[in-house]
Amino acid sequence: MDAIFLQFLNGLDKGGAYALIALGLTLVFGTLGVVNFAHGALFMLGAFCAVMLRKIFNISYERVSETEVDFLGKPLKEQIPYLKGIFGEDLGGFMLDYSVPLSIFLAVIVMGIVGFIMERGLIRHFYKRPHADQILVTFGLAIVVGELIRHYFGANPIPQAAPKAVSGSANIGYLVGLGPNVIYPWWRLVYFAFSVSIIFGVFAFLKFTTFGMVVRAGMQDRETVGLLGINIEQKFTIVFALAAIVAGVAGAMYTPILPPDYNMGMDFLVLSFVVVVVGGMGSLEGAVLAGFLLGILQSFASMQAVQNLLPGISQIIVYLVAVVVLLTLPRGLLGRKGVMED
Amino acid sequence: MSATKDITRRRVIKSGAVAAAAAGATPYFFTRAFAEGGYTNAPKGDSVTFGFNVPQTGAYADEGADELRAYELAVEHINAGGGGMMDTFSSKELKGGINGKKVKYVTGDTQTKSDAARASAKRMIENDGAIMITGGSSSGVAIAVQGLCQEAGVIFMSGLTHSNDTTGKDKRANGFRHFFNTEMTGAALGPVLKNNYGTDRKVYHLTADYTWGYSQEGSMIKYTKDYNWETVAAVKTPVGAGDFSQFITPILSSGADTLVLNHYGKDMVNSLTQAVQFGLAGKQVNGKDFTIVVPLYSRLMAQGAGENVKGIFGSTNWHWSLQDDASKAFVKAFGEKYGFPPSQAAHTTYCQAILYADACQRAGTFKPSEVGKALEDFEFDGLGNGKVLYRGEDHQCFKDVLVVKGKENPTNKFDVLEVVEVTPREQVQYEASLLGGELGPYNNG
Repeated sequence: MDAIFLQFLNGLDKGGAYALIALGLTLVFGTLGVVNFAHGALFMLGAFCAVMLRKIFNISYERVSETEVDFLGKPLKEQIPYLKGIFGEDLGGFMLDYSVPLSIFLAVIVMGIVGFIMERGLIRHFYKRPHADQILVTFGLAIVVGELIRHYFGANPIPQAAPKAVSGSANIGYLVGLGPNVIYPWWRLVYFAFSVSIIFGVFAFLKFTTFGMVVRAGMQDRETVGLLGINIEQKFTIVFALAAIVAGVAGAMYTPILPPDYNMGMDFLVLSFVVVVVGGMGSLEGAVLAGFLLGILQSFASMQAVQNLLPGISQIIVYLVAVVVLLTLPRGLLGRKGVMED
Repeated sequence: MSATKDITRRRVIKSGAVAAAAAGATPYFFTRAFAEGGYTNAPKGDSVTFGFNVPQTGAYADEGADELRAYELAVEHINAGGGGMMDTFSSKELKGGINGKKVKYVTGDTQTKSDAARASAKRMIENDGAIMITGGSSSGVAIAVQGLCQEAGVIFMSGLTHSNDTTGKDKRANGFRHFFNTEMTGAALGPVLKNNYGTDRKVYHLTADYTWGYSQEGSMIKYTKDYNWETVAAVKTPVGAGDFSQFITPILSSGADTLVLNHYGKDMVNSLTQAVQFGLAGKQVNGKDFTIVVPLYSRLMAQGAGENVKGIFGSTNWHWSLQDDASKAFVKAFGEKYGFPPSQAAHTTYCQAILYADACQRAGTFKPSEVGKALEDFEFDGLGNGKVLYRGEDHQCFKDVLVVKGKENPTNKFDVLEVVEVTPREQVQYEASLLGGELGPYNNG
């Protein structure tokens, strides 16, 4: 029972990340009709916003130590962050400790700008082109972004610590009436809560604002919305930037779970596309549902008992489910009629 | 219509026969073209070309970059006839260049993929005239490239490869390994683990799903079973899985009190970080402190895993903090050129380049069979590992093995591992027949 509960929790936080990426993907596809293979790269760029902010916070001046030496036996040049000098030991230390959650603000700004430039500078020119062209150009862009990050940050993963207050593990076994073996990292619980809040935020934005109403109308029938005199082009730019921001903040907050490297976007991209397809192309609810569903299934498939029964199942379960869903429900779980059917 | 008409059974059979004859003759022309001068790529001018085949992209790109730095330094030292560990090396044959020729080099990107590594090695041999191929950061790649070099008739001096198979069941006459292997890791690490964590433990293995992972897992089980370390489960994980949490949560309720992470590189950084996040490091199971072991460490990986490596045991081929004259000379030369200390990958590749150059000089030729004989049973000192034997039976180096531990109080960002024991060569050496395989004859092309 303990193991099943833990795998369920594990599936939820993994599913949270899948759902957030898939949400942006399907939002862009539903409104703009663009298959964006660079969406994983946006998730990775968000993660590197967290890395960048920590680097900025750690910009230091050198002080030659009188007592310590470096690896060559020369006097050690100590690095003292300016942050602590400017804001004091307490506030400076707090900012360094909370650099990952604080990086959300940086990610919102950076990803908003990146999304804006990407849509205006590149994606816009591919609205009317075949999906194959869109896939090629966005996939190429993803490779370019990945290699740029590798050039500046190196190929190795760069671990980011969660704030000390939530860096340990929660003994949630006692809370839910299970044994002492049900331990779960605080940060993963935080991430799950964060992903649920973002998902609700996006849905509320689309449901309760005039802008959201126009976007939803655009997802249903883009042409008619244009005929009503609404500047749909401008709305598209904002939608693309919004999708980039959602992917970016998801990536920034994921860094204490998975140390980011230049390739992390590619790792998530394929799975996220499967999530979108299983959920139903263009369906926001479907993307979220499929994200959590596949996260949980993947987690259960990794259990030793399941592995003993079906060796290697953990690596193919997602694709197996996709095959079964598409055979029985060709439009996906909550797919809309008419999407990708022309 | 006329084209269809032209295709007759006779014509098809004739064309097929010509194609088959051409295909059959290709290896003959291929090898004859290579073998001008008596062996593949015999140098004609005043220079000789080495082929450095390292991962320049992919998960091991940082290790590949360090290997390349070490090779560049080695070439400088070989051509100058001194500098770095050339000054401490017991053999004094190299006086500047090899056999009167200066060393040049070409590079290839293995991408840590066997097919890409073979393709880049082939390109360096066929197009660039490389006399020797060296490098790599994966056993899968090393075994694949070693096979190619055997077929092509050039020497392969492997880089970072730790699987037993490289000089075990997949060994080849043209292949030589300076790096240690999982058998030696097990022999060195087993007694240290018993002394620190006692007997009667229940062990959970997470193992990278390829040749090195199986080799490492097998050696750890072999060398801990005498201490009654019982394997609760040995779970294979896909290479590059990224998030290992779904493999870690079952450990919590498995009854295991020890986790052995048979992972390397990025996988090790991720799995160790996540194991610590799940509270395994501070847990009490079966009345014992939960223990994590990382059998193969590298300083680059340890830096990647940050604070999570503290107190965790493993083994390494060499570490920059060693205080012998050779290690100090290498760290000084490398550190002054690049601004940071070399990794074990840099060390082993530097040694391989120097050892090959020295063997050619002693043999007086670059002919693979003669160079190989010069390396076989060659005993040397002064390359940072104490006295070392390049055993002729399997082309494997035998030397002391370092057991290391994640340092509790690092003094700088490179100071992440501390050497807790230098296991003597006699304790880790084994009979060549133990790991099987046949070297076969040398191929000169």
